[in-house]
Order: sequence, then structure tokens, then C-alpha cells
Amino acid sequence: MSNLKTTLSSSLGKKIVMSLTGLFLCTFLIVHLIGNLQLFKDDNGLAFNAYAYTMTHFTPIKIVSYLLYASIIVHAMYALILTSMNKKARPVGYAQQNGNANSPWTSRNMGILGTILLIFIVIHMNNFWAQYHWADLPYAKYEVSLTDPADVKFTSIPFDGSKIAHTDYVDIEHGVKVLIAKDLYLIVGELFKQWWYVLLYVVSMVALAFHLFHGFRSAFQTLGWDHKKYVSAIRFIGEWGFGLLIPIAFAAMPLYFFFFK
Amino acid sequence: MSHISHPNTNKMSAHMNLTLKVWRQKNANDKGGFVTYKAADISPDMSFLEMLDVVNEGLIKKGEDPIHFDHDCREGICGMCSLYINGRAHGPKRAITTCQLHMRSFSDGETITIEPWRAAAFPVVKDLAVNRQAFDRIQQSGGYVSINTGGVPDANEIPIPKFIADEAFNSATCIGCGACVAACKNASAMLFVSAKVSQLALLPQGQQERYQRVQAMVAQMDEEGFGNCTNTGACEAECPKEISITNIARMNREYFTSKFFKEEEIH
Ligand code: HEM
Ligand code: FES
Repeated sequence: MSNLKTTLSSSLGKKIVMSLTGLFLCTFLIVHLIGNLQLFKDDNGLAFNAYAYTMTHFTPIKIVSYLLYASIIVHAMYALILTSMNKKARPVGYAQQNGNANSPWTSRNMGILGTILLIFIVIHMNNFWAQYHWADLPYAKYEVSLTDPADVKFTSIPFDGSKIAHTDYVDIEHGVKVLIAKDLYLIVGELFKQWWYVLLYVVSMVALAFHLFHGFRSAFQTLGWDHKKYVSAIRFIGEWGFGLLIPIAFAAMPLYFFFFK
Repeated sequence: MSHISHPNTNKMSAHMNLTLKVWRQKNANDKGGFVTYKAADISPDMSFLEMLDVVNEGLIKKGEDPIHFDHDCREGICGMCSLYINGRAHGPKRAITTCQLHMRSFSDGETITIEPWRAAAFPVVKDLAVNRQAFDRIQQSGGYVSINTGGVPDANEIPIPKFIADEAFNSATCIGCGACVAACKNASAMLFVSAKVSQLALLPQGQQERYQRVQAMVAQMDEEGFGNCTNTGACEAECPKEISITNIARMNREYFTSKFFKEEEIH
């Protein structure tokens, strides 16, 4: 145990914590993205609201989500600790420093980019996660025809604490499958119509792109996973996947709602 | 006889006039600050250090304290020279030390800013000279191999694949100048330490202390107050010997392997 403690408190140990939490957050991004793509479906939020329910009520996913919250906190905490140590390592700075001559901009600004992400995560959680868990949201009722799944009847039910709860059943008599779920889709749609929120979202996704453009590759280097056989694959996934495709896909959602809904 | 005019002939022979902004600091406790000097009539063929020699001669003639800077071999092999020139370790050129930097890399009339290596672990001794003993202490903590005395073994008794030998040799070209620390935004010494760890970990002679070595050297590096690597790559870009950051990945592997899977422990 003391060995583990000294290991994790060494410079390399702190870096391994940084890289593992960072990579865990990367895997989460993929899951989160797949879920969010349901927003593009023109189904009054049926798929999205069902997804939101599963994410918050299915035990294995709940466990992973607690791990995730912990990862964000630990990642940000270690970022703070490492950055302050790095500042101490150079108490007197250079009058002239030409960083662009020897290193990419992203690699030198992980802290600033991360701080933007942290601010975004807090606002984002407050808007969606906290609303979903604690606010008195209206419910959406979907009646899906058993013979034709494309035939869906949608009704919005205002919140009524004493009567309403999440329900999911098959009504043979009327030939429909009924889902009554909290209407998070409504909240998303409303928020994505606010220009400031769309702007914040897009700016944050730019920060995410830059953070991961360097971060994904960097995490593997930290873990010592550096071999000419696969380093180009890691670089490719990091730069095109996490540095471009994923942030663009995320940013596309608020832009789609703002301009086309 | 035809007259051949080389496009650079005129520029080569014309002497340069430069303005230097030099960091002057009496001792470790002095606050220090920039002092501006004129470097007149400098040959483009001089090395950067020779240019400073000329400036210093002028200062000595005037009875002033010459600018202190480190140097020894002046041929790029000892690692003594340093200097942060116009925002770059060892100046604007890649893969060379300051003693190999020539004034033709600058233009006539230019203002050149010269600063010491900046790191808490490299305190300024005077002016541009810094104390790099932290590197010595890291090296002493684990950068050695045990030697068996006795009869001379056959030269080919220990076969080493060529690519391993090459890789170890590349790591061993580190001259310990400290440019990696100077260039790193975090003042991290990981390129230096990883080169020293690698050169021995790769070879059979280094196996006895292999897992103790990496732990001891990393512990000493932390103790000295160097920063933490964020994989910017500035170190390898500024290294006069072009040591690759692959070494840092290897050091990390060595460290985690030794900590999590080996019996060796340092106290
Ligand atoms: C979705 C959220 C995030 C993801 C996916 C993510 C991912 C990563 C990854 C993969 C790394 C590379 C680790 C390494 O080099 O070993 C990294 C580094 C870093 N992250 Fe994040 N991060 C996120 C959020 C944050 C936040 C909120 C902060 C700060 C408050 C932050 C600050 C940093 C810093 C300073 C580094 C550089 C540390 C280093 O390279 O040693 N990140 N991040
Ligand atoms: S003086 Fe020896 S390397 Fe420059």
C-alpha cells in the first residue's frame, strides 16, 4: 500500500492518473455521443427520452456514471496539482519565449482548454443532469402502434407529483406500446434555442477538439504505449476521431436545433 | 580568369552590428535584470560564444565585469554551453549547441535577447551561468552499472542486436546540457532522465540495477523540483543531440513495470 502511495504521488504516478482518467473520459464521450445522436430522430424525443431513462436507472450504467463523476473531479484536481508544481519548477520565467518553434499550441494550453471544459461540464450538468434528477419536468406519453412502429401518438403531460411516474407497458386492448417518460427532450430543445447556450456549447466543443487533439495521443505516451507499429494508428484516432469528428458531431446537435427546428 | 561571385560573398565578409539584451545577475540572491550592449564589427563566421568573447574583451578594457557564461569544449560535445537565445534553447537552429551556432544565423542590426536556463532546479550562479548539479545528483542516484572485475571476456560473448545497440547509443549521445529542461514549459527533466535510464536499460550490462535505477532516478528528479512532462515535445525539438521522446515513453514503462511488477524497491 505504501508502495502504491509513493508510486502515485511521484511525478510519473500523477501522470498515470491524469492519463487513465483522461482516457476513461474519452470512452465516455463515445457512449454519450451515441445516445445524443437520438436527438436527430424526428420522433418527438421517444428514443432520446428512453435513452435518458436507461442511462439514469440501469445499475451497471449508474456505477459507471459514478466512476465518471469521480474521474472528472480527479482529472481536474490532478491538473491543478501538476500545473501548480510546474509553475513552481520555473519561478522566474523567460522574457522571450518562442514556444511555437518547438511545440504545438494545443500541447502548451491543456490547462486553459481543460478549464473551459470544466466550466462547460458544470453548466451542462446543471442544465440537464440536475434538471432531470430534481426538477418537476413535464412527462411525454408515447403510444406506439404494435402493428406499425412508425405510428406513434405523442401527448405532453404536465407535471403532477402525486399521479405521474415513469411507466412502460403493452396495452394489448388498444394495440399499442405505451411509454410515459420525463420529457428531457423538451428541455434540450428549449435550451438549444438560446443563442448564448449554443455559442457556449460550440466554443466548448472547439476546446474539446484541441484538448483531445493533443490529449489522446499524449495519454498513450504517458502510459508508455509508444511503438512504431501502432503509434500512427493512435495518432490517427486521436487527431481525426477525438480531435475532429466527435467534437463536430456534438456541436452539430445544438446547431441543428437552433437553425432547423 | 573569370570572376566568380558567390551570392553570399558580400554578406559573408561584411561585419555585423548587433544589439544584445543580456541577463545580468550578480549572484543567486541578486534580483538581476537585462543590460543592453552593442556588439560592433562582428564577423558572421564567429560562433555565438566568440561573439560574446569580443563583447567581454570590450567590457574588460573598460574595467567592467565581463558577462559570465558556461563553456568548455566549444565543439558541441561537452554540454557545458547553454543560453536561451531569442526565446529558444541554444538559439534558432535545430540540433546544435550554442558553441556551434554561428553569427551568420542572425542578421545585421538585429537585437538578440540572451537569458540563462530558467528552472528552480537550475539556480543562476552568475549572469548566464546556472548550476546544473541537479543532473549530476540524478545520475549518481542510479546512472551506473555494476562491473565484474576478473578476466577479460571475449568481445562477442554478449551478443546485442544491432537495432538495440543503435537505440542505446542514440540515448547515450545525451550531453546533459539541460536544453530539454530550459525549453520545456514545465521545466521538466524527463528527456534527460529517460535518456540516461534508456541507455542502460537497453543493454545487458545495465540489467542488474535496471529496476532500482529507474525508481531511484525518478525519485531524485522529483526531489530536485523539476516539473512534470505534458508531452509537448519541445525537449526533443531543442535537444542538440536530437534525443527522442520515445525515451520518455520507455522510462514510463520501466517505472511502472518496476513499481507494479518487480520486487526491487528503493527506500
Ligand atoms: C471531457 C472531458 C475531458 C477529457 C475527455 C479529457 C481528456 C484528457 C486526456 C486524454 C489527457 C491526456 C493525459 C496525458 O497526457 O497523459 C488530458 C490531459 C489534460 N487534461 Fe483533460 N480531459 C477532460 C477534461 C479536463 C478538464 C475538465 C480539465 C481541467 C480542469 C483538464 C485538464 C487537463 C490537463 C491540464 C491535461 C494535461 C496534463 C498532462 O498532460 O499531464 N481536462 N485530458
Ligand atoms: S561548449 Fe561544449 S558543447 Fe558547447
